[in-house]
Amino acid sequence: MTDLSVRIGSLTLKNPVMPASGTFGPELAPLLDINLLGAIVPKSITLSARGGNQTPRVCETDGGMINSIGIQSKGIEQYITHILPVYQDYDPPLIASISGESIVEFELLAARLDKQPGVAALELNISCPNLRDNGQAFGMSAETTDELLRTVRKVTGKPLIAKLTPNVTRIQDIAEAAERGGADALTVANTFLAMAIDTETRKPRIGNIMGGLSGAAVKPLIVRLIYQAHQATDLPIIGSGGIMNGQDAIEMILAGATAVQIGTATFVQPNAMNIITDEITDYLERHHIDQITDLIGQVDVS
Amino acid sequence: MTLDVSALDRPVQPGQFFHIRCSDNWKHPLRRPLSVYNYDHESHCLEFLYLVKGNGTQQMTLMRKGDTLSLLGPLGHGFTLPDQGALLLIARGVGVATLHALARQARSENMEVHVIMSARTPGDLLTVDTLSRLGATVYTVTDQEGTSSVESVRALSETLICEEGISAIYTCGSSRLGKLVQELAETYHLKGELATEAHMACGIGDCYACACTIRKGNQLKTVRVCTEGPVFPISQAVLQ
Repeated sequence: MTDLSVRIGSLTLKNPVMPASGTFGPELAPLLDINLLGAIVPKSITLSARGGNQTPRVCETDGGMINSIGIQSKGIEQYITHILPVYQDYDPPLIASISGESIVEFELLAARLDKQPGVAALELNISCPNLRDNGQAFGMSAETTDELLRTVRKVTGKPLIAKLTPNVTRIQDIAEAAERGGADALTVANTFLAMAIDTETRKPRIGNIMGGLSGAAVKPLIVRLIYQAHQATDLPIIGSGGIMNGQDAIEMILAGATAVQIGTATFVQPNAMNIITDEITDYLERHHIDQITDLIGQVDVS
Repeated sequence: MTLDVSALDRPVQPGQFFHIRCSDNWKHPLRRPLSVYNYDHESHCLEFLYLVKGNGTQQMTLMRKGDTLSLLGPLGHGFTLPDQGALLLIARGVGVATLHALARQARSENMEVHVIMSARTPGDLLTVDTLSRLGATVYTVTDQEGTSSVESVRALSETLICEEGISAIYTCGSSRLGKLVQELAETYHLKGELATEAHMACGIGDCYACACTIRKGNQLKTVRVCTEGPVFPISQAVLQ
C-alpha cells in the first residue's frame, strides 16, 4: 500500500494534492471528488468586502493565462457564516487563505479565524500581484515578511503557511525571513507579474494592465524556485504553478516540495486534481516507493 | 459546429452556454464559452454558431467530422419566454446565435417572433434563411446600407411594438442596441432580457473572472456572468 500522506507543520494531509486559492469552489462538487483531496483551499478572504478589478480579468497566453481578479470578496464575517459551513461536511482539512492590505489586517483575520474549528491552517497571501500598484506585495521584502509572520504568529496557534511571491531577486531571503518569523510552511509560489497586449487594438489584454501568469508555461520557473527555497529552509514547501499532470507534481516534489497546489489545470479539466492524485500513485507504484515523503528533495544533482 | 451529445442527461435552455475545450493543444489551455445555437432534444444534436475571432475559435476550425471534444454544460441562466404575446429579437453580428435558439423555442410554442438583425455588411448577416424557415419575420439592417443606426432600429422597433403585439424584447451583440432595448422595454412596459458575453476561466462560478456590474433596485452589484447570467433582465443591465 502506497502512503501518500504528508505533513504541513502539525497538519497531516492524506495526500499532497490541494487546490490553489482562487481556483476552487463548491461548484466543482458535481465534477470533482472533493473528499479525495489532501486539503480544501477556498478563495482568499479579505477583512472587508472588495469588488475586484476591472474586466477583462483573464486572458490566455501561450501555455498559460494571466489573471487579475483582485480578490473579489464579501469580507470575513460572510466567510465565517456562509463559506466555511459549505465545506464542513467534507473530509479534507480546510486551509483558509487570507489576504490583508496591512499587517494589522492579517493579524485581525488570523485572530478571527483562530477561533474557527473548521479552519485547520492559514495560508497568508503575502504575494498577490493584483492588489497594489505595479504588482507590489508584502512578500517582496524580507523584513516585512518577517514582521508580518511574527505578528500573526502571536495571535494563532494554527499552522501558518506563507505564500511567497516569485517576483523577487532571491526567494531564499524571503523563505528564511518567513521561517524566522514563525511560518510552519511555504507555498512556492504565487503568480508571475505579467502583461499582454492586443496588437490590433493596442490595448492591454487585462483590465488592470498587468496580472499574474500561471499555467504550464511557468512550471520550470517554479521548479527552480522550490529547489532554491528548499535549500534555504527546513520548512515544508507546497509547490504551486503550472502543474498539469502527476509527472509535474512529482517533479516539484523531487525539487523539494512536500505538497502541491493545482489551479489553472482545474480550469482546463475540472477533475484534474483527482487525475493528478491517481497519476502520483501510479508513479510511486511503478518505482516501488512506499512513501511519497521519500521523494521530497530527491533530485539527483550529483 | 454540430455535436452528438447523447450522453447529455439534462434539458438545454436557449441562452445557456457550454464551456468548450477548443483543442488538446496545451498552447491554448483555456476553454471558451459558446452559447447554444440549437439543441435538438430528440436527436441529441447540439449546434454552435461561432465567429473565428482568436486562438480558441481558430483551433475549432481544425476539427474534423468524427472528432470528439470536451465540453461542460449546459451552464448559466437562459432566456425566459413571456406568458403570451409576440417576441421582438434584436441581434447584432454573431449575437444572433443565442437569439436563434430562443426564436426556435418560441416558434415551437407557436409564439410570433420578429427579428431585427444588424451587421456591418449584408454579407455578415447570419441565419436569415433559417430564421425565416422557422416562421420568424426577419428585418435586416446594415452599416453599409446606412440602415443600422440606433435611431432607425428604434423607429422600426417602435412600429413593430405598436403594430404586432410585442410583449417581450430580447437582445444580444451590441451595447448600443442593449441600451435601446432597455429604453424600449421601460417605455412600452415590455418584458426584456439581454444576453451578455465575457472572458471566462472556469465557467462554473469559482474564479470570478467573468464579473459584470448589474443594477438591483438602487444598488450596483458585481455578479458572475457564468452563474448569475449570461442572460439578465434588461432592467438590471448597466450598459456603457
